[in-house]
Amino acid sequence: MNRYLAILLTFARACLVRDMTFRANFLLECVTSLGWMSMNLAFYLLVFTYTAEIGKGTGWSKEPFFAFVATGLIINSIVQAFFMPSAEELTEMVRTGGLDAVLVQPLDAQFLVSMHRIDFSSFANGAVGVGLLAWAVSRMDHAPPPVAWALYPLLIVCGVAILYGLVIMLAAATILMGRNQSLYDFWFYLTNFSRYPAEIYSGPWGGPLRMICTFVIPILLVVNVPARVIAQPFTGESWGGVAAAVIAAAASLVVSRIVFQRALARYRSASS
Amino acid sequence: MSGGFEAIRPPGRLQGLRTWWTMLKISLEERLVYRGDFVLGTLMRFLPIVTQVFLWTAVFSATSRGDIAGYSRNDIVAYYLLTMLTRAFSSMPGLATGIARSVRDGSVKKFLIQPVDYVSFLLAARVAHKLVYYAVAVVPFGAVFLLCRGYFPPPPDATTIAAFLLSLALSFLLGFFMEATLGMLGFWFMEVSSIVFGYMLVQYLLSGHMFPIDLLAGVPTGLAGVSLADVVHWLPFEYTAYFSAAVWLGKVQGAQLAWSLGIEAAWVVVMAVACRVAWRRGTRRYSAFGG
Repeated sequence: MNRYLAILLTFARACLVRDMTFRANFLLECVTSLGWMSMNLAFYLLVFTYTAEIGKGTGWSKEPFFAFVATGLIINSIVQAFFMPSAEELTEMVRTGGLDAVLVQPLDAQFLVSMHRIDFSSFANGAVGVGLLAWAVSRMDHAPPPVAWALYPLLIVCGVAILYGLVIMLAAATILMGRNQSLYDFWFYLTNFSRYPAEIYSGPWGGPLRMICTFVIPILLVVNVPARVIAQPFTGESWGGVAAAVIAAAASLVVSRIVFQRALARYRSASS
Repeated sequence: MSGGFEAIRPPGRLQGLRTWWTMLKISLEERLVYRGDFVLGTLMRFLPIVTQVFLWTAVFSATSRGDIAGYSRNDIVAYYLLTMLTRAFSSMPGLATGIARSVRDGSVKKFLIQPVDYVSFLLAARVAHKLVYYAVAVVPFGAVFLLCRGYFPPPPDATTIAAFLLSLALSFLLGFFMEATLGMLGFWFMEVSSIVFGYMLVQYLLSGHMFPIDLLAGVPTGLAGVSLADVVHWLPFEYTAYFSAAVWLGKVQGAQLAWSLGIEAAWVVVMAVACRVAWRRGTRRYSAFGG
């Protein structure tokens, strides 16, 4: 474990050196990702000029909703920083046979495939997320109790773990299919469902969708559970969500590990 | 010396057409290789609409208003679906970055010595790309529109439909020339990916792809009587998503419709000229080394 931590730190140092070598590019990446986030925030502000809450009686009025958005920013920035850059490179590695070089290393292939590149510019959004959370929570009608603050970081980790499992599954699909540009788009579109409170998915179509996105692909638990703990009144029912998130996170890690190992066993090198 | 220039003289009209047809055929075949990827990709592009439908349904459920900026909930859903259709015409994935890459890696130089015009080649390739895309996408698009037909108002009259189709064709040309011009920046900047990403952000917001531009009508700019929506209407972006949808939904009518179509055509000409100028100036300062 210590060895892996040391290697991760080495990767981080190398990536930081690389980012700092192209400082202008790094700054531009920060600015563009902040730009995208600001646009979304502006859109939500615009929506709240026309309505007091998202969904009648859901409790997602302006401040709680922005705490929700902030939670999403924090979780996504962690995933974007640590896992996505490496996973994005995998398609090319499988196609060109570069994955062979990973497999012959005396290290866990999943670790190398998912964490060898760290994108520091993605932390910019996370930092804004923390600021936005502080702003939103301070303006809410009710202050979150200490138990909510204690659970919040744990649930953030659970959210990251669920998304990490999804990244690994997509990586496994890349290995099996050889090319899967669409599957990475699929990642974007799937995580899109986690961007809003689960309550909006109601009615004859929304109900089943909510079930699928909670129990089959637990994407709705990623942001909803931590955001609900911090931004909605903490009740006995909240524990159900906490338990679901912890179980989903553990299941996500285990299942993705098994799928990845199986995919790797079927990998045939593309290099000559 | 003059013999050398003879060899790269632009081809005659008939030969030019034949070259164009060959370019189109090559691109068609190239595109059909990955048709499975295409179908999957097209279907998935509708997924964000699903979340938008639920989001706006939730917004409307919590407000006593019957409409927001002139749009009922059904109008908003229809609007998002129609912008998907417009974007299918005006979006040019990979065009700008492809041009910049060809400048960076030197592959653009073959167009400097072959009797093939680069911009025409790119346009032919894009037409082929779109033709294949529509051939495949008509199924998922048809299915989604049929499924969501309840959100749409009754079909407009023939004139409006004709204006809608014209606006789609113009949006294709506008999207092409805007992105191609952006790609030509590769002659001046080695790496344009950040610029392209910035452009995509601005485009997404100002084209009305993110939400109907009419929602900005109440946002002041600081100038007396000028809202943010007015400013956005002066820019070319709205013709790549908002405009066609607004035409179908009857938000732009009569003389204003004719005037707006004229402005859209004018933007196409402006961007086509900008693209040509950028190509001329760019190739003049371009230098390629090695084989």
